[in-house]
Amino acid sequence: MADTESKALQAKDKAEVTTPAEQTRPGLVFTPAVDIFETEKEITLLADMPGVKAKDLTIDLHDNVLSLDGDVESPEGADEVTVLREYRTGKYYRQFTLSQVIDQSKIDAELKDGVLRLRLPKVEAATPRKITVKSS
Amino acid sequence: MFWRRVSDWPASGLTSPFEELERMRRQMNRLAEGLTRAWEEPAAGVFPLMNVTEDKDNYHVRAELPGLKADGLDISVTGETLSIAGERKLSPEDENAQYHRQEREAGRFNRIISLPGHINTGKVEAHCTDGVLRVTLPKAEEAKPKQIQVKAS
Repeated sequence: MADTESKALQAKDKAEVTTPAEQTRPGLVFTPAVDIFETEKEITLLADMPGVKAKDLTIDLHDNVLSLDGDVESPEGADEVTVLREYRTGKYYRQFTLSQVIDQSKIDAELKDGVLRLRLPKVEAATPRKITVKSS
Repeated sequence: MFWRRVSDWPASGLTSPFEELERMRRQMNRLAEGLTRAWEEPAAGVFPLMNVTEDKDNYHVRAELPGLKADGLDISVTGETLSIAGERKLSPEDENAQYHRQEREAGRFNRIISLPGHINTGKVEAHCTDGVLRVTLPKAEEAKPKQIQVKAS
């Protein structure tokens, strides 16, 4: 899908999590925008989580449910007064159900510039073996 | 016959005389929700959305630009405005990749925002970490609040 001319980016409000899961701390929770695509070998998930540092990101996987949980520190200092606020800040949370096809021990996660790249390698399919027939 | 024709707008196939009212009620609810949301956050509708704060000496402008590095941005200031331009590119993936979901967008952006007061253009700093751009703009000397001593005479 290569465009020769880039179009203008549209501003979008951040999507807030609609099902209110119980939170221990008060604050807003947003759903990060996510791209999911797969190749032969692996499934890759790219999530936009600006403001999340690697140490504040929790990736949890059990029972084939993958949870992304990114904490965001409040970026403003204590003595700053708001002049204009167009977007809100809050943590990011999203859950996915993985199929059995993923090799869960080889999952790789990289967080760079606020974009999480999560690589989920697929289970190596049983390699078909050729069986030679010996003639006696 | 006449009743049928009147209640045919906007869609045909009404089963009960109250269905039209139900539909109107639902639309009014949706409109009302849309109004309250718009008043909570006035969106300029231009990417990137920015938060501007100020403290005693500086203005701080923050924008969320995930995936953008510092050198992909073009930031310029005049005495009272800040302009941020750049392009967000999605990294090219394998040609054989099959997409399940695509929610992230790419494209150019170019936005000017005017600040509440004059700034010292020589000392503006910008940092871009973890996808959040923070521009610190020191206020011009004449814009800073000055204490005025009241002399007792």
